[in-house]
Amino acid sequence: MNSDLLIAVIITLVGASTPILIAALGELVVEKSGVLNLGVEGMMLIGAVVAFAVTYHTGNHWLAILAAALAATASSMIFAFLTLTLSANQVATGLALTIFGTGFSALFGQAYTGRPIAIFDSVFPDELEQHPVWRVVFDHSPLVFFSLFMVIAIWWFLQKTRAGLILRAVGENDLSAHSIGYSVIGVRYAAVAFGGAMAGIAGSCFPLLLTPQWAERLTAGRGWIALALVVFAAWKPFRLLAGAYLFGLVMAIELYTKASGSTGILPSEFWAALPYLATIVVLVLISLRRSQNSAAPACLGKPFLPTQ
Amino acid sequence: MPLRLEKRAEPSKAMLYLTPVAAVLLTALVGTIVFSLIGYNGLVAVREIFLTPLTNPLKWQDLAVKSAPLIIIAVGLAVCYRANVWNIGAEGQYVLGGIAGTGVALLTRDMSGPWILPLMIAAGMAGGMAWAFIPALLRTRLKVNEILTSLMLTYVAIQLLNYLVLGPWKDPMGFGFPQTRMFTADQMLPRVVPGTIIHLGAPIAIVVALVMWFLMSRSVFGYQVKVVGSAPYAARYGGFSVNRTIWMVLLTSGALAGLAGVLEAAGPFGRLVPSFPTNYGFTAIIVAFLGRLHPIGIVFAGLALSIVVVGGEVAQTTTGLPPAAVGIFQAMMLFFLLASDVLVRYRVRWRSPVTAEAAA
Amino acid sequence: MTLFTRRSAIKLGAAGLLLPAVGSLAFAQEGPLKIGFVNVGPKDDNGWTYGHWVGAQALEEEFGDKVEITFVESVPEGPDCERVLRELAQQGNKIIFATSFGFGDYVIKVAREFPDVIFEHATGYQRSENVGTYNARFHEGRAVMGTLAGHLTETNTIGYIGSFPIPEVVMGINAFTLAARKVNPDVNVNVVWLSSWHDPAKEADAARALIDQGADIIAQHTDGPAALQVAEERGIIGGFGQGADMSAFAPKSHLSAIIDVWGPHYIDVVNDVLAGTWESDDSWPGIAAGEVVIGEYNEKIPAEVVAAAEEVKQGIIDGSLNPFTGPIVDNTGTERVPAGQTLDDAGLWAMDWYVEGVKA
Repeated sequence: MNSDLLIAVIITLVGASTPILIAALGELVVEKSGVLNLGVEGMMLIGAVVAFAVTYHTGNHWLAILAAALAATASSMIFAFLTLTLSANQVATGLALTIFGTGFSALFGQAYTGRPIAIFDSVFPDELEQHPVWRVVFDHSPLVFFSLFMVIAIWWFLQKTRAGLILRAVGENDLSAHSIGYSVIGVRYAAVAFGGAMAGIAGSCFPLLLTPQWAERLTAGRGWIALALVVFAAWKPFRLLAGAYLFGLVMAIELYTKASGSTGILPSEFWAALPYLATIVVLVLISLRRSQNSAAPACLGKPFLPTQ
Repeated sequence: MPLRLEKRAEPSKAMLYLTPVAAVLLTALVGTIVFSLIGYNGLVAVREIFLTPLTNPLKWQDLAVKSAPLIIIAVGLAVCYRANVWNIGAEGQYVLGGIAGTGVALLTRDMSGPWILPLMIAAGMAGGMAWAFIPALLRTRLKVNEILTSLMLTYVAIQLLNYLVLGPWKDPMGFGFPQTRMFTADQMLPRVVPGTIIHLGAPIAIVVALVMWFLMSRSVFGYQVKVVGSAPYAARYGGFSVNRTIWMVLLTSGALAGLAGVLEAAGPFGRLVPSFPTNYGFTAIIVAFLGRLHPIGIVFAGLALSIVVVGGEVAQTTTGLPPAAVGIFQAMMLFFLLASDVLVRYRVRWRSPVTAEAAA
Repeated sequence: MTLFTRRSAIKLGAAGLLLPAVGSLAFAQEGPLKIGFVNVGPKDDNGWTYGHWVGAQALEEEFGDKVEITFVESVPEGPDCERVLRELAQQGNKIIFATSFGFGDYVIKVAREFPDVIFEHATGYQRSENVGTYNARFHEGRAVMGTLAGHLTETNTIGYIGSFPIPEVVMGINAFTLAARKVNPDVNVNVVWLSSWHDPAKEADAARALIDQGADIIAQHTDGPAALQVAEERGIIGGFGQGADMSAFAPKSHLSAIIDVWGPHYIDVVNDVLAGTWESDDSWPGIAAGEVVIGEYNEKIPAEVVAAAEEVKQGIIDGSLNPFTGPIVDNTGTERVPAGQTLDDAGLWAMDWYVEGVKA
């Protein structure tokens, strides 16, 4: 495989992996606090359509990303209010959020179908960006670097800060955390908001990085892959990074399998299904190794019900 | 705060029935406002979506056709949810039902006889059950969360569908288009109301709802499901096996989702195409909740949601609204329902100054 | 379950009976000729559906108040389109244009239920008493584009994004490749199949994959400019507009375009219907009749290349050049068209093979 093709593949890979990495990082924090938000796909779509619209009207990518994050966070607050304050079922509410986000983006995006916008390209100088070898490192949008930074930031937050410890405690044993005096609901609200913001930013990757046009279902189900990724990574940030790129590689193989015409031994649909199959396998493996602590936060998906 | 939530002695029955209705009405109201803000004629849009399907007799057949699969799937899901088993993979089980039924259809395409259709239906139910088998196995043997496994399997099912329709099952006379052959007359659902498109699926849906109502309210199975769902420890003392219940409810809901799948394939679709998954499996989750997990409630909830879907399709041709936009209404209905659920368990009280001081 | 007493059931039923009265008031039938369009993509796709939108506009200009046009967008090929077709017929449309290949089976089905509605199916092959087909010889345009590509490519690798391997698309690929290899026998054309007419994300991905594999010119048979945008971003030699001029999206890479002009055909159909002389037919004109127009050539193309392309175009117009003139050998080495012969329309419709140089 010549080096040009390799570099091109790597760049494509990064493009595919970045949105799911960002969305999964957000959901990881949410789930660590004990909440299961299945609305990731919906929030990503909201982020995508808002980012597209803002870029179209203002041409400012940074503003677009901010707007996307805010819009998605707002939608996540609907979820938070229903599940945390009113103790509604998290699964149903999350799904409703996805359906809502899909419908909202379809409606809102209708006015923008077929209009092009500029890609959020690398901000490095052209010489670095187009250098035949170094472009592997430099020909990436700031969103890519953001995603890598957040991996480290989240790891550090969860493992090395007090706030992260509280978050993890809330996710593992909410009643104990409550009795010590921590606001379980408050922590979870913050986590859900963070997850929403990240999902919105992830959604903005689609129009800004990959397809500078609006179409319904632009995110093509990547939100579900992000959910799978969190589980696949056993709720650990660095494994999430590896997993995101692994999934991205699988997605790239799927694309190249389709592109090379012949299907080879394995059809492209196999590669498309692989991230989901792999996640099931990982779930089984995690359960088999019961000698260690189960990796899932113990309170995942259960409403917080103090006994008074 | 002048308002205060006071827990009721027991859940309010009145609220239990009123809240779904209120949820639908609130959705219509908020929808009008939101759509007007965006620039559509809010009243026209909402009228088209909520009212036209009811007032236009030509649309009633669409309601019957659209609500049948929703009701069938939702009835199965309700049984699962009552047992606290969160089957989210109904869409995948539905797809497998369609695939299994189509498989039989393709095998029997040169044969004829009244036995073909029932065989297809049986195959569809078996297909759905097979797909629910995996999460059931993983949950009972390895305690793996069924939410995640059933959800992941949905996307695997969709890829399997794509592979079959684009590959081995592609119609050789179809000019390379991704679709299977069209089913023969023996393989398609008969119309039950002449002159309309209402097919066998509609009465089957009603029968399913009634049978499940009977089972849930009068049989040991129903009792077992409810006890396991609300008090698993008590269930064990009572001699009910939690694992056995999990198997039963998952296989039941898988079979029902598969049934809906084969009925759709043999009915409105008449063949298998990549666009076969139409999100019925996910919408049915909303139907199950809106119907308060009760089979009869689900019939009404299924109608309510299909009104919105059919209405959205009407609005597509009259106002240019993208059909996916009705997702906003469906989601809103569930949001309002979940929010107003609070009123079932709690009473809203004005805090009078005297009481506040007494409490302090 | 106090809600289900007999009394309440009767009340509900009585209320239900009143609904049709409310609905039927809304459906009067008078006035202008109602015409419906069913499209697989959005009118803003800047490609295929946009071309039909322009055609619909031509109808409005020509007939003004005498026609009322409903233009339904983004209808997937499947039962959804059957529903939309039926909906349009029920709403009183007397002419319905279905503008995508995959609508065919459903057009025939619905046409049977509405014998007094005229249906015209674009790019299809199924006709009946009230269903006609119409098409345009895009492959003539492809021959011109292929000539440009053959001259301009430097890597001799051309990427071709295909939608479905139906005859229309295959014809296009073959005409393109034959023309390109006529001027440059070393050209290879790599085809990627998207299984979709309009999916900007997939089109962009496919374009990137093809470019990564060495293509410096991209052609596509999908409905939007996504591939061109990628071509512009990557700075390759270029691509072609499909269905419409797409130079606004890619000023440097847009080499030329095949522009569909449906207006004249639509006007003809409406005139025929108004005069009562419409008959089911297959209409298949090309560049000579003005249905296929070659877009402006990009400034950067050298004059001799433009001249070569124009020569091909002129040859097609005056009949001296047929894009499918033998000898034609397919990519397995078999001779398909002997020297001196040309492929007739039947041969074009039976095309399930690719010419030498195509890797599909």
